[in-house]
Amino acid sequence: MREKLEEALFPPVVALLVALICGDLLIMSYGQSPATVYRLLLEGTWGNAYGFGQVLYKATTLTFTGLAVSIGIRAGLFNVGAESQLAAGGFLAGLLGLALSPSFPLALAIPACILAAAVGGGLVGAVPGYLKVRFGAHEVIVTIMLNFVVLALLNWIVAGHLHVPETLHTPEIRNGGIARLSSFIPAFHGSAANLTIVVALITTGLLWLHLFRSRRGYELRAVGLQPEVAEYGGVKVGSTLMRAMILSGAIAGLGGINYVLGYKGYYEEGFAGGAGFLGIAVALVGRNHPVGVVLAALFFATLSQGGLAIHALVPKQLVDVLQGVVILAVAMSVPEVRSALRKARKPVAA
Amino acid sequence: MTGSPIATGDRAPHVIRMEGIDKSFGGVRANRKASLEVSPREIHALVGENGAGKSTLMKILGGLQKPDSGTMQVNGRDVTGWTTSDAIAAGIGVVHQHFMLVPTLTVAENIILGMEPVSGGRIDYPKAIADVEALSRETGLAVSANAPVSSLSVGEAQRVEILKVLYRGATILVLDEPTAVLSPPEVKELWAVLRRLRDAGGTIVLITHRLDEVIEISDTITVMRGGETVDRLHTSDTSPAHIARAMVGRDVSLTSRAEAIALGAPVEIVPEPSSVGTFHPSDDMTSAIRVSDLVVLGAQNLRAVDGVTFSIRPGEILGIAGVEGNGQTELIEALAGLRPIESGLIRMGGHDVTRRNVSERRDAGLSHIPEDRHRRGLILDYSIADNLVLGLQDSYVQRGLLDGKRIAANAKEQIEAFDIRPPSAEIPARNLSGGNQQKVVIAREMGRPFSVLLASQPTRGVDVGAIEFIHSELRKARVDGKAILLVSAELNEVLALSDRIAVMYRGRMTRVMAASEVTEESLGEYMMGTRKDSAA
Amino acid sequence: MNPISFLTQMLRIAVPYLFAAGGGVVAERAGIISLALEGFMLTGAFSATLGVHYTGSPWIGLLCGILGGLIFGLIHAVATIRYRADHVVSGIAINLLAIGVTRFFLKLAFDSSSNSPRIEGFGGNQAWYGFDNPLLWMGILVAPVLAYFLYRTPFGLRARAVGEHPAAAASVGVKVAKVQYIAVATSGMLAALGGVFLALDQLQFTAQMTAGRGFIAGAAVSYGRWDPVRAAIACLFFAAAETLQIQLQGTQLIPSQFIVMIPYLLTIIALAGVVGRAVPPAALGKTE
Repeated sequence: MREKLEEALFPPVVALLVALICGDLLIMSYGQSPATVYRLLLEGTWGNAYGFGQVLYKATTLTFTGLAVSIGIRAGLFNVGAESQLAAGGFLAGLLGLALSPSFPLALAIPACILAAAVGGGLVGAVPGYLKVRFGAHEVIVTIMLNFVVLALLNWIVAGHLHVPETLHTPEIRNGGIARLSSFIPAFHGSAANLTIVVALITTGLLWLHLFRSRRGYELRAVGLQPEVAEYGGVKVGSTLMRAMILSGAIAGLGGINYVLGYKGYYEEGFAGGAGFLGIAVALVGRNHPVGVVLAALFFATLSQGGLAIHALVPKQLVDVLQGVVILAVAMSVPEVRSALRKARKPVAA
Repeated sequence: MTGSPIATGDRAPHVIRMEGIDKSFGGVRANRKASLEVSPREIHALVGENGAGKSTLMKILGGLQKPDSGTMQVNGRDVTGWTTSDAIAAGIGVVHQHFMLVPTLTVAENIILGMEPVSGGRIDYPKAIADVEALSRETGLAVSANAPVSSLSVGEAQRVEILKVLYRGATILVLDEPTAVLSPPEVKELWAVLRRLRDAGGTIVLITHRLDEVIEISDTITVMRGGETVDRLHTSDTSPAHIARAMVGRDVSLTSRAEAIALGAPVEIVPEPSSVGTFHPSDDMTSAIRVSDLVVLGAQNLRAVDGVTFSIRPGEILGIAGVEGNGQTELIEALAGLRPIESGLIRMGGHDVTRRNVSERRDAGLSHIPEDRHRRGLILDYSIADNLVLGLQDSYVQRGLLDGKRIAANAKEQIEAFDIRPPSAEIPARNLSGGNQQKVVIAREMGRPFSVLLASQPTRGVDVGAIEFIHSELRKARVDGKAILLVSAELNEVLALSDRIAVMYRGRMTRVMAASEVTEESLGEYMMGTRKDSAA
Repeated sequence: MNPISFLTQMLRIAVPYLFAAGGGVVAERAGIISLALEGFMLTGAFSATLGVHYTGSPWIGLLCGILGGLIFGLIHAVATIRYRADHVVSGIAINLLAIGVTRFFLKLAFDSSSNSPRIEGFGGNQAWYGFDNPLLWMGILVAPVLAYFLYRTPFGLRARAVGEHPAAAASVGVKVAKVQYIAVATSGMLAALGGVFLALDQLQFTAQMTAGRGFIAGAAVSYGRWDPVRAAIACLFFAAAETLQIQLQGTQLIPSQFIVMIPYLLTIIALAGVVGRAVPPAALGKTE
């Protein structure tokens, strides 16, 4: 158990150190002092209730996309399509919200919209899953291409048919959405944090249960580690991959409710804003473990919100650079850490 | 003691002299103070059990690994820790156990790789082909220079390997278990080539774990055990018993069949006494498994299994001999449900299972020890406990989730019953030795109710103790009335365990013969395809 | 539709693909998955823009572009070869890194988050239909030159051996890592030239101007079965579709969003259709 924890924790720690160094260099290249910039970053995030609320809000979306990417990786699939799955989920939730009459009870409308978000993302996830299983098409390129296709399609629907004039969003859902956190804790006033965070935590728990305590999860991880052995063990590899990809898409799609139901009350062009891609970093730093994903989501949400706070001193694009650095550093340190730990440990039996 | 150790102060100059070689891999000491001395113009056998450190020592010699400590000399020059290119330049040629050929390239391209003849910046292909053909004629190793390596048989591929090292000017040839993939007649041919090379002035180091080969071909012997060099002998004045004792570290009765088989010593095949405790299948009893006209496609959509028919009764072991790559893998995988069937019928216990999937066949009583436990048999990062329920995961579900308590209880029981070490359910399978990994597979497949067992290379890469254990488990299962299909590259293993024997050659199966009517010689002819009695 | 203007436009669109797919073929033949082409292109485009902006010379810009691609290629190489990072993850990281770095320095150098000022390009004589651009010719030559190197030279033979069976190559003294470093560095420089062409053709750098072209080139590599000439043909095919798309855009017959989708949809269809026919290099994606 301790060894597993070491193997899981070392790479992210290494990656954060590397990112810190790169961050310092970039900040200095802009003629600023790293210490000042980092202090500003912390003050603008964890230092006040509004900033913290924004961190929670962003972390919520990132938890969904991070979980989505991580379940794919657990099954040996690299889902780079979380961005468009997230958008599709938000869109379908918004669309259903519009379709329901204002008199429809909120207690039913919200679960229905949440379900719609999962369906929207799941549908987009199903396409690369099917193409992979049926034709062997590489899911990475398919999901990337599908991002362009789905976003263009949504653009056509919204810009062409559903938008409020002069804007790029759909009309507001009239029977209300998910409650803001500020309605319980007034200090959060103004921040977008809302009860979607509870949905995110429940999803995290259920996913943990699914991955590590259920038969399907046992099979999914087996397929991800050694598909030929899984097949030997009676696992239907194709349908497991298909299921994983749909699940991955559905979870990413769920993330859409954070913005559409919890924040704005409508679907808007480009609301995903890179949260799907950032999910890759979240999953990798979180080492594809649900708990790790939540922590990594908080970290990247802090960076992302902090980017706004420091924008006066250093361009917020700094955060984009650090993202890439962190992913690269994690990817590079995982095999190193694993072999270093193996060397250090006495083998159990020769 | 019949062997006389070679005096270390032997005055003949050594071609190879390795001393005090240490090498560890992540805490496992593969070589400790290992040494090797080889004189010119001899065939030197480097023998030892699996895991004795022979291959590691040869990888160090060939420059693929660097020793942690120790010294090595080749032709009197200190070459400690040299690189592959240095070793090649000094005339050392290693023919690896797993062929080091690039399947998509041609024979000539493989042979010239790394030292291509060049003219004007580009590869001089006409010269390359001419060189390869000349070398082939000189050595009598027949190959066709332009054939892609992927189209070659195993025997042909081995010839390419030998040509490849000779092309590099090798005068010291190291062969790692070269006979594992050959049929007996091909082995004889290889011996002839090696003797010819020796007589032409070459030096040959032959790594093997088979006593019969050592006796037949070698001039001198180095024995390794547990990473150490334990004995050096002249073949002419030693005996199999002495070598065997040195290999295993204790007296070995070569009349104990399991041990003799494990060491590849010549054994006299005596059918097991069939009186006490043997299951007597009555003739009218239905077969446990019956396969008719099975056709299975392999690589490039060729018929890897080409119309195979056989049946096995409860309490019977059917052994399949044959050079690897003649359709055995595809046959087993098709029977297990892992490979689509082109045509034919598979019936188990009277039921047609031809269209059933893997888990339905398992439920129908099929167990399967796969030929390669790392590729098929174990999730290496899963714990022993989790590996012990692989394929049975459905039956461990309790209220929608896996029942951890029952999985742990099952692990405890199997670890005890099959003596898996270390006896700890939670450690990953990756950390076990080969023998214990195989025991995990066997515990899972044989520690549950089953009626038919597919046992493919069940003792590959495990030590003598585990081989004995596995053989006794197979015999016990036979006595319990299980039907067993045994596929093994070890001819001795097939001969010793089977009630009936068939040979596979190019996807076809010979007549199924009673174990008592076959000899190693007759099987060899079937394995080469020189004898082709039609299937009965 | 004028066939000559169609062909010349198609060729101009194809050039970035030809460079990037050439880079993909080299790296993947040597066993390193090339999902980083997009990042190489973007870096190439941006560093070329910087070079031209500060010196006024497109040739120096070209060299800067190659240098940018080389640096990012080496990052990918070190990550996958020295540190055995998952090739796909490293590729994605390189792409995100390229987006971040180019945007950060776009802000730093030009104080803009969207585009650079106008820069000099090659040629520009309308009568020449773009054939006065040396990069266009280089792009056309990529495939035949690569085919010569892969199939006729010792380095090519070794690279192919390394991608199929690295242990076999190592056993005869081929320096596997060295071959792979050279291949991935070459891949970075080639793909970067694709980006250089884009920037010098559009006479400026815009954020994320490669718009997935690196991935489409990657699809062309597998569609072309890892052969330089076949991959180039696949690139021409994608370029033809895109030219058609641009020509259709003028007609208003189909909503523009659908026209925009064409290259991406085609890529997906091409990937799905490739099944069973394409056998990638056996050791692709596996570094020991």
